[in-house]
Amino acid sequence: MRKVWDLIGGVHPPENKHQSVQLPIDVLPLPEKLVIPLNQHIGAPAKLLVANGDRVLKGQELAEPSGLVSVGVHAPTSGTISDISEYPIPHPSGMAARCITLIPDGKEQWIDHVGIDATYSFQDYSPAKLLEMIRHAGIAGLGGAGFPSAVKLSPRKTITTLIINGSECEPYITADDMLMRERAEAIVEGIQILSYILGGPEEVLIGIEDNKPEAHAALEPFVRDTHIQLVSFPTRYPSGGEKQLIQILTGREVPSGGLPADIGIVCQNVGTAFAVQKAIHFGEPLISRITTVTGRACSTNRNYEVLIGTPITHLLAHNGFDENNCSRLIMGGPMMGFTLTDLDIPVIKTTNCILAASWEEAPTPPPAQPCIRCGMCAEACPASLLPQQLFWYAQSHNHERLEAHNLFDCIECGACSYVCPSNIPLVQYYRASKGEIRKQAQEKIKSDRARARFEFQKARKEQEEMAKAAKREARKQAAEQAKTLSAGRGNKPQKNADMVKTAMARAAEHQASPAEQQARLERGIVRAESHLHTVEKRLETIRKEGTEQQQEQALAAVEDARRRLEDARSKRAQLNNTAGTSDTDKVMERLQASPRDTLEKKIASCKERIAVTRQKIVDSDDETLKAALTSGLEKQQAKLADAQQALAALPDNTPDTPVNQETTDAAANAIARAQARAAATRDLPAEEQLRQTVVALEGRIEKAKAKLDEARAGESEYVNALQAGLEKLQNKLLDAQQQLNTVTTQPSTVDDDTGDAASSAIARAQARVAELASMSEEDKLRETVASLKSRLEKARIKLREAEAERSEHVDSLRTAVEKLQVRLTEAEQQLAEYHP
Amino acid sequence: MALLKITSPHAHTAQSTASVMRLVLLATTPGLIALTLFFGWGSLINILLAGSVAVLCEAAVMRLRKRPVMFYLGDNSALVTAVLLGLALPPLAPWWVVVVGTSFAILIAKHLYGGLGYNPFNPAMVGYVVLLISFPVQMTAWPAPLPLYAEGVSPPGFLASLQIVLGLPGAGTVDAFTAATPLDTLRQNSGLLIAQLYEQDPLFNLARWAGAGWEWVNLGFLLGGCFLLYRRVFTWHGPVAMLASLSLCAALFYDGGSSASHGSPLMHLLSGGTMLGAFFILTDPVSSATSNRGRLIFGALIGALIFIIRSWGSYPDAVAFAVLLMNFAAPLIDNYTLPRTYGHKKSRRATEKKE
Ligand code: SF4
Ligand code: SF4
Repeated sequence: MRKVWDLIGGVHPPENKHQSVQLPIDVLPLPEKLVIPLNQHIGAPAKLLVANGDRVLKGQELAEPSGLVSVGVHAPTSGTISDISEYPIPHPSGMAARCITLIPDGKEQWIDHVGIDATYSFQDYSPAKLLEMIRHAGIAGLGGAGFPSAVKLSPRKTITTLIINGSECEPYITADDMLMRERAEAIVEGIQILSYILGGPEEVLIGIEDNKPEAHAALEPFVRDTHIQLVSFPTRYPSGGEKQLIQILTGREVPSGGLPADIGIVCQNVGTAFAVQKAIHFGEPLISRITTVTGRACSTNRNYEVLIGTPITHLLAHNGFDENNCSRLIMGGPMMGFTLTDLDIPVIKTTNCILAASWEEAPTPPPAQPCIRCGMCAEACPASLLPQQLFWYAQSHNHERLEAHNLFDCIECGACSYVCPSNIPLVQYYRASKGEIRKQAQEKIKSDRARARFEFQKARKEQEEMAKAAKREARKQAAEQAKTLSAGRGNKPQKNADMVKTAMARAAEHQASPAEQQARLERGIVRAESHLHTVEKRLETIRKEGTEQQQEQALAAVEDARRRLEDARSKRAQLNNTAGTSDTDKVMERLQASPRDTLEKKIASCKERIAVTRQKIVDSDDETLKAALTSGLEKQQAKLADAQQALAALPDNTPDTPVNQETTDAAANAIARAQARAAATRDLPAEEQLRQTVVALEGRIEKAKAKLDEARAGESEYVNALQAGLEKLQNKLLDAQQQLNTVTTQPSTVDDDTGDAASSAIARAQARVAELASMSEEDKLRETVASLKSRLEKARIKLREAEAERSEHVDSLRTAVEKLQVRLTEAEQQLAEYHP
Repeated sequence: MALLKITSPHAHTAQSTASVMRLVLLATTPGLIALTLFFGWGSLINILLAGSVAVLCEAAVMRLRKRPVMFYLGDNSALVTAVLLGLALPPLAPWWVVVVGTSFAILIAKHLYGGLGYNPFNPAMVGYVVLLISFPVQMTAWPAPLPLYAEGVSPPGFLASLQIVLGLPGAGTVDAFTAATPLDTLRQNSGLLIAQLYEQDPLFNLARWAGAGWEWVNLGFLLGGCFLLYRRVFTWHGPVAMLASLSLCAALFYDGGSSASHGSPLMHLLSGGTMLGAFFILTDPVSSATSNRGRLIFGALIGALIFIIRSWGSYPDAVAFAVLLMNFAAPLIDNYTLPRTYGHKKSRRATEKKE
């Protein structure tokens, strides 16, 4: 006999298996309807192939696998599709999902199907071909989780051991037991097919608990002359857990977070082996399974070969179900199964048992008592965890400790809760904590991504700003040149003067009254003060515990805030001094001042500031602050030197009056406008500013267009230049709109990627529109078709991802894809019509 | 009827906290019988008195905390604390000693720390130590074991004992019956070889292995402990480690039975509170280390501490001090003794951060 290893921990719950093995496997009459969920497995839901009202044949594929990790579903009998919509499906959460409702016609008419030819054996097919057949037969692990079998059977590593799980350690369930007793030959053939597909592993083991001698005896004659070994081991829950069975049969452990394939092992359930045999030998897809109906709330306890999609009510109705005597209706076994609250839920590929427990069998759980740390749970844990510590830390939401205590290695077998004398629902705590931790991890990834994006955006914006500044500089120079040119022509001054006048008028309009200005400045000061206060406080805390970098940043912030406060104060002082003189006057004053005066003033103010900074350096006792101040001081000194040089360079005979009245006027005009605008926008939020920019730009474009038309009409030589200018303006407008969009969505960009995506999408769309404007109709259509195609492709990929992740966006993505498809068809049609 | 939504598992053992506690109570009987046989009714009176005080205190606290009183009394944990304290106290100790000790154990050591499951220290031992420090005279007055009584003199009967405990006038005092314990005798011995001591002192020469009466009391608790082990109320790790380390220390310092010897391993195993401590005190799950490896360390250190305090400390017995000291260390031990989880190469530390 082969050596078996001990299961660590484990419990001996009352088996309660004898009730349902008294009678052979039976078949139920056809139910009135079958409800077939599109997703009965782990992975992406199957893709629908039929429509409402279709007549389908038994075994016909109703939905096909929609990705690598996905399997199809098939019609369990012939009949008509009456509905395709959401129904509650068997799931611990009681959630609903898309299901196909099939009304059987009672004819049991099979679709054409062929298995391997009688003259061939499965060895004449390639493993790849067999895998394809398994995939299309809709086979997903029948033991528990329902992982697509084809995926499990194509591991990337070499497989040395194939383990067939016939352990069935959960109390009450006898589906595998009865299957082994009655269909042993088919199971063994199935195992041989599995072994062939895996490239003939060195060992093929069937593990059976020693409480199933009949199953053992039934299989024995068929494995006698094969390389398959039957291994029996002591009955103890949870020996049938994949990891535990591997440990019992091979003494090896699946590495934490890894797969059995990592140690060269593949594990399959006996039910799966049986389904594989049916699929390969007869070409029959998975449309039924063995399910145990048991529990004292049912008068008959036995196993059935049930069609997938059979409502539970149908099963129960044939077993004398007494609802009043039923305390809980459980799908699966008493240790890991989940309760059902809806009797219309269908049997699916993973439904091995329906346990209608009576009140004696499953009384209402007593209230939990405090954990006395007796350690019985730790003794029972097959994963060698410390359930009492996990419980302790789960209660206090101490995620770090939970992870250090290997929470994620808990297989949720329930052995700990089973033994706990204080009746603590331990597993429930673990599930909740796992959920919490997963959610946090996801949120962290999301926020990391958002942060990265935000920083990238900021960097990009800065770059753009710099580029724009450079352009502005260039434009200014060009304008000056142009002005010198036009000065020579002599026909412009009049116009210029007019412009100046209107501009001044506009500026005066925008000009706030001194009282208003005063109020605004006061508010600004208060704000600056409070800001300074906050940043200083932050600096305090950061000094205590922050990193050096943070300190520097905080310091800079404080400096900045101080400066702003000073600015604000000095502005107020200025305002008070010059009360009465309007800004416009001031501009003119400054403009009319001689360059010498300006320079001298500048030098004076520089000197003053240098003195102040010096004083500050002396006063300050903080090294970093000093450094910052010193560098500031250096800059100021450089400025001073510049100014002094400039002054020295001024020829002594420079007239003390402005050189050129016109330049002054134009400049004054520009300055006034700018000031007015600045005054108007100074206190506006970024969004408002941008909006104004957009409006202004639109106005300018309007004007530029008019001018361009004028020029065209007059066949002016400026047409080209004007055209270029217009284009630039349009680009700017686009930019501004884009920025505006980003700004408006910014508050949410930090934690929401859709906002950001949307704004960039809008920007892209706008760019496209602009581009399209210059294209021919046909090109446009072609473009549209191409872009729609690529969008559709992208949307499909996203949808698939979402489906694989079971994201809640699936539905909206699906509608999006459908819409895109419609649009694409339309566009293609248009293109075809346009292009005969 | 609405079907219930309940998480798995849907099956549960019949075992409850109350039944675990009942088993513990049951397991103390052999020791209690031995105590009663050799030292009179005092221990039984202690237990009854402590038990009622404990239940009253527990109920009062639950009232104050606005919890369902009967539900919490039902877990029997207060009773266990009381019984263990009652067994540890000298028989015939004055009633107020018992009352003070028990109420301190329940009110302060248990409930001020959050009640059952949250107390870092073993409540019974906290009560014991408080009494030992506060009332050293009463706490060290142990009656003589039965074999030491002179011919014709009999120990006080139940009623007489009750009168002594209650300090009723004319009841006489406990002093009339006290005698040194084996550990006291050994500590005071300075001139005699161990063999001579065994020969001369009736406490030893009337005994089979260790000390008259005491050896049977310890064997009684050993028996009860084995019963609990058999019923899997706790694992062997703590007790075995403690007894082994105590024996080892005793063997190391036996010194060939010279006059400086601290007594043989057998003497230590069967004297004082050794077995009560090993199977009933340090196995208190709440305040001991958590994992099996942790319990090995926890038990071994207690064994060593007991020997050290017995031999070189100034208190006659040391189980209470040793256990309390190690209660301090239990969380630390826990941090470093996580079991190796399935699928992991080695065990982790509880303090480990995410890798
Ligand atoms: S079995 Fe229950 S009471 Fe005992 S330690 Fe575990 S969780 Fe606590
Ligand atoms: S549910 Fe988790 S912690 Fe409890 S026994 Fe199973 S594996 Fe261990």
